[in-house]
Amino acid sequence: MMRTTPFHPRLEQLNHAHAWGNWSGYLSALKYDLSSKHEYFSVRNAAGFFDTSPLHKYWLRGPDAERFCSHVFARDVRALRPGRAQYQVWCDDAGFVLEDGVIFRTAADEFFLTAAEPNYGYLTSLARRYELDVVDATEDFASLAVQGPRSRDILRALTPDIDELRYFGLTHTKIGDTEVMVSRTGFSGDLGYELVIPADAALEVLDAIIAAGEPHLLRPYGEEALNMVRIEAGLPLLGKEFTSSRYAYTDAHRFTPDELGLGWLLKGIDDESRPFIGREAILRERATGSSRWRTVGVAIEWRDYYDLFASNGLLAVPDEIPVGWETMLYSAKGKRIGYATSFMYSPYAQRHIGIARVRPKFAEIGTEIQVEQTVNHEYLNVRGHVTGLPFFNPERKVA
Amino acid sequence: MADSHAYDVIVIGAGHNGLTNAAYLAKAGQRVLVLEQNSLVGGAAITEELRPGFQFTTFSYALSLLRPEIIAELDLVRYGFNPLYMRSHFAPMDNGDYLLLGPDDAVNRQEIARHSKADVDGMERFQHDTSRVRQFLRPLFDSIPPNVFSKDPQDADQVAWLLNHLGGADTKVIHDSVRLLTGSIKDFVDDYLESEIIKATICSAACVGIKLGPMSPGTGMNWLYLAMGEHDGHSGSWSFHKGGNGGFTQVLARAATAYGAEIRLNSAVSHLLTKHGEARGVVLRDGTEFRAPVVVSSLDPRRTFLQIADPRELPSDFVETIERFRFQGVSSKVNFALDGIPRYPALGDRTDHLLGFLNFAPTVEYMERAYDAAKYGWYSEHPYIDACIQSFMDPDMAPPGKHVMSCYVMYTPHELKGSTWAEQRENMADRVQATVNRFFPNFDDLVLQREVVTPDIIEERTGLSEGNIYAGEFFPHQMYFFRPAPGYSDYRTPIEGYYQCGSGTHPGGCVIGAPGRFASQQIIKDTRR
Repeated sequence: MMRTTPFHPRLEQLNHAHAWGNWSGYLSALKYDLSSKHEYFSVRNAAGFFDTSPLHKYWLRGPDAERFCSHVFARDVRALRPGRAQYQVWCDDAGFVLEDGVIFRTAADEFFLTAAEPNYGYLTSLARRYELDVVDATEDFASLAVQGPRSRDILRALTPDIDELRYFGLTHTKIGDTEVMVSRTGFSGDLGYELVIPADAALEVLDAIIAAGEPHLLRPYGEEALNMVRIEAGLPLLGKEFTSSRYAYTDAHRFTPDELGLGWLLKGIDDESRPFIGREAILRERATGSSRWRTVGVAIEWRDYYDLFASNGLLAVPDEIPVGWETMLYSAKGKRIGYATSFMYSPYAQRHIGIARVRPKFAEIGTEIQVEQTVNHEYLNVRGHVTGLPFFNPERKVA
Repeated sequence: MADSHAYDVIVIGAGHNGLTNAAYLAKAGQRVLVLEQNSLVGGAAITEELRPGFQFTTFSYALSLLRPEIIAELDLVRYGFNPLYMRSHFAPMDNGDYLLLGPDDAVNRQEIARHSKADVDGMERFQHDTSRVRQFLRPLFDSIPPNVFSKDPQDADQVAWLLNHLGGADTKVIHDSVRLLTGSIKDFVDDYLESEIIKATICSAACVGIKLGPMSPGTGMNWLYLAMGEHDGHSGSWSFHKGGNGGFTQVLARAATAYGAEIRLNSAVSHLLTKHGEARGVVLRDGTEFRAPVVVSSLDPRRTFLQIADPRELPSDFVETIERFRFQGVSSKVNFALDGIPRYPALGDRTDHLLGFLNFAPTVEYMERAYDAAKYGWYSEHPYIDACIQSFMDPDMAPPGKHVMSCYVMYTPHELKGSTWAEQRENMADRVQATVNRFFPNFDDLVLQREVVTPDIIEERTGLSEGNIYAGEFFPHQMYFFRPAPGYSDYRTPIEGYYQCGSGTHPGGCVIGAPGRFASQQIIKDTRR
């Protein structure tokens, strides 16, 4: 049976599109409005809320918690002070990424991890040699993302504590009578917050947020709008940008942090005191320059896209819904150089954008490329170029 | 008279492999005669109406191993091939709870998490590791085993291919393959999982058809064998053919006939005719002779070589190997006609758990104890039952509102110590009914009729020696290039022109068709020489 999240009774009333998808066995809205673009603009211009309750949530607690986390996760958690959160990846010992997620340090000896895939078996199998408890708290909490320029104004009205919260900061506060954990994190690339709420008080807190959000035009948004904003933010999605190395069948489906553009997480990798899983392989990759890919942005200028269609007798109608498959990329000379893993028309950028993997020598920003499109049932190329990531990065995100 | 009885090929037995073989040969232009002892085709894959409107799958009851090549090459869809999707897998538990796995991986994760959170990713790893093993072994499964005992250079090429394939594999995949092929399924799943009901569900699938318990080495291989099946490309999925597996063999018969094969029912073969050590035809029990330079037996190795052929015409070491080939059937069927829907108390009026297999094996120990009895010549007090209410998949199986339920039962050894199946049959069926009733408390009240099929009946009606459903047990020394005997895994026999195409040859049993197909390839290759 499909399950529903603690927010569902309210979300069901709000879902005028009656469009539900399946996220980890939970009903998850694809969109609430008939137009997911409308929801996208809510997030970009006002604020939106998204139900992230199906995320897997784990407590990692005990005297060895820091030692354990600095062994398992590729980014150094020792630098993470209590009251801070960190974007993380974890790798296998071949240096391939298993998954990404966000880790919250709630106390010196306590961490809270959110991840898209179940990891309880993996974490407990590694925890045997540590004094540490791994607790699966997935069903204890509902979680909600409130994202967009007005998100601070909305939450401030409920809990003034969040005013002080810095980017990737974390605080325990109250909304009404309910203890909630609020972090300044999100998947939109904008100013935004995520709330972890005890499951039994979820509806009460949601109703308070909806009420506080009304003057700010707060709206719910679904998976389609979420996917749009995260591509603009250049954030990788499991199942799109990468597969977990654990379940990949060939190395073509496995990627190292450097190949995924996540090398910046590995600051301090030379530090011998932290032999995290995958470190040696990553050092070897760096020493030998064996990275197969670089992750870049790609963009097509509107004029080129329009002309491609016009010259074939068609009107170009850009679609903001990301395409569900990979888009092949070629060099200016027509040689295969990689593929876009996510590709969409960005209403914000007013052109087609994508997150792509290309061979390292084609990764320089500005490199001219050819992007394959289907036109009149033929594969035709359109001129594009390599860009940096992200596409959307307002100052208010971190200010 | 002699002319009208002359064919290019005579196939003995119209089971699914005999029919597959005949269809391929007829399609290739051979004049084929299929001789079947019973009054309908299908062998162990038949459907019978034992009560007006109620269709029973007497023996074989589901489809998965059937090689997809056969569906395409014989154009079976044109002849009515219609495998219906079996959507779920339900395992009741002693405490009234249950495990219900269905078509959606994400929903299954939630169900698994109810039993163990660690098993959610444990199951993912189990499925990933085993699917890599399947991927690695599939080319071996889906080709004629190389003759490693031969000096022929053509065979040497095949052996080199095999060694190259083995050598090219990932170390972990090789090791996992060996762990599965030689070990017990319990040891293997223990490395991934902790929940008893999840382990028991996997382990039960490893024990179907073999005289081994989940703790016995060898069950890993049986699990792997059955996991080589698929439905629409989804590994390990099962389907129910419209009209049961009898419906499927009717499709094969239509295809074979359309390609020009002639099927003769009520024609039990007595023996093979030979001259100068070469096959020349067969003689029926009523004395009728049919002539052909090629004779293919779809019967099991014991009957192919010790009954139809004259063992005195075969090399004595080969005869010894065949005499040692083990059968030991342990399977029974109890098929029920039901007046309504069995209800599982914890699920109230729901029926979505009845749309596939019902697996009565709540713990690994339950399975092992069920097996213990068989070791000592008796049948299980608490049997393992793999059931299916087939009228939920195909409404034509029973009148509206009524149902038919197929119960495959383990363990029921062919030989009972100090008794006979004639004496014990109804008592065994009572235990099966009591077991189902223990979990579905309204079951007894629904039973309109039951059919009890024990190993002696399987042997008598289908000809499968000792009632072994695989036409010979699945032991490492009876598989691959040892099936049925070293040097004869290529569907040929020591008698020129005499071939074998039954489940006693590679890859083995189940409704799979591969032996029939491979044998046809070998025959066509040899005839063109």
